[in-house]
Amino acid sequence: MIWNRKHLLDVQSLSADEIVTVLDTARAFKAVGERAIKKVPALRGKTVVNLFIEPSTRTRISFELAAQRLTADVVNFSVEASSLKKGETLKDTARNLEALNADIIVIRHSAAGAPHFLARFLNSSVVNAGDGAHEHPTQALLDLFTIREKKGKIAGLNVTILGDILYSRVARSNIWALLKLGAKVTLCGPSTLVPRVFEQMGCRVTYEVREAIEDADIINLLRIQHERQRKTMFPSLGEYTSLYSLNKQRLEMTKPDVLIMHPGPINRGVEIDSDVADCGRSVILQQVTNGLAVRMAVLFLINGGKGPQELNSEH
Amino acid sequence: MASSFFMPESKLIFNAQSLLRALTRIAHEIAERNEGPADVVLVGIQKGGVHLAARLSKLLEGIWTRKVLYGELDVGMHRDDIAQRAAPQVHPTKMPFDLEGKTVVLVDDVLFSGRTVRAAMDALNDFGRPAAIQLAVLIDRGHRQLPIKADFVGKNVPTSPREQIEVALKEDGATEDSAQLVKK
Repeated sequence: MIWNRKHLLDVQSLSADEIVTVLDTARAFKAVGERAIKKVPALRGKTVVNLFIEPSTRTRISFELAAQRLTADVVNFSVEASSLKKGETLKDTARNLEALNADIIVIRHSAAGAPHFLARFLNSSVVNAGDGAHEHPTQALLDLFTIREKKGKIAGLNVTILGDILYSRVARSNIWALLKLGAKVTLCGPSTLVPRVFEQMGCRVTYEVREAIEDADIINLLRIQHERQRKTMFPSLGEYTSLYSLNKQRLEMTKPDVLIMHPGPINRGVEIDSDVADCGRSVILQQVTNGLAVRMAVLFLINGGKGPQELNSEH
Repeated sequence: MASSFFMPESKLIFNAQSLLRALTRIAHEIAERNEGPADVVLVGIQKGGVHLAARLSKLLEGIWTRKVLYGELDVGMHRDDIAQRAAPQVHPTKMPFDLEGKTVVLVDDVLFSGRTVRAAMDALNDFGRPAAIQLAVLIDRGHRQLPIKADFVGKNVPTSPREQIEVALKEDGATEDSAQLVKK
């Protein structure tokens, strides 16, 4: 499989082979993170700009460390300390960054499609680090990496995504990726946050937690995206917790080898009980470790040129 | 080998017996060169060198009657042409020992431009400072672009840059070990 993409904008347009290429490449980069010297020269002399127009700690730090471990120079840009506050448009900001010879721009934005917009006029590579409620491709890729690492496969597994699906870019990217690789996806949460329209993507939608979790191999929990909800979507957080949170009693309904995942930040006592978050079946922190490897793989792959791939005989 | 109008022309370099003989000779040369207390480990370069390193370690274990460790090194992240071509496939590097003070024998199937070996020497730096690095290759096909020379060579094969060498090993699913020169 030859990777020929200059940008990573979404999962929807990736082929199953391309997803597998990222996961295979990430295995090699995970091994880099486990040794004494955790740095390779693959992006030496390249400049990566983290253009985060929406707050983030985990993803930004992960991309920053990924770029550093590839020996790239990294510039972090946050909206609080920028000229966007002075009225500069996103387009002008991006053009200015490119004028400084940025090779890769990693963007997080509250507007869906912002990375696609940048990719249309920039010569730099663009990586989507989350755009509105649209997609968060590296999160889905790291989730699949974690599933494959723990379960040895993805095809045929029952994956349940539980929580705020409507406002979640993590859910959309995961649904695309999981379906492309042959997993069965079940969505569950309050009906206002899990509209039936998701059935058209090929998912099962249910509003009964027991039904959603009892045959699941993986339960991926999502937090309530308060920042994107324009009105109250359910009566109270307390009611949400009592109806949909993953607590000890509900954990007992699940398969003994179920994996508990969460993209973070977790809200202990809301969508997940503290003991469940810390139990042996939870792989939440391993997702963070794997996220670094997946982001290194993505930066490495999109940095590649357009020429033929290395041939076996070219030693 | 038979060649025809529509098949690429190919010439056999090694069959299973001659490949085994070449590897056995390389093992004896490694043993001869590293007599005494030298602590030798083998490092196969992904993909072609890994199985050869495993085989050489077995052969050396027979000669030295002690355990000979081997590692697997991927040089994809250390190549100098990363931005010129599509990203190479990278495999996990496995180095189950510290290289500090060891004599490392790098193992690859074909030596060509020398750029892979340069990248491999760079990559080895991240695992400690070896006392010495030596290079063993099954086939040296010439056309070096860097000042690099193999210490142990199975066979020198004059080639034109347009030709390719295809090494097939049982470990990769071939019915029999062989190496062929293929005209493209």
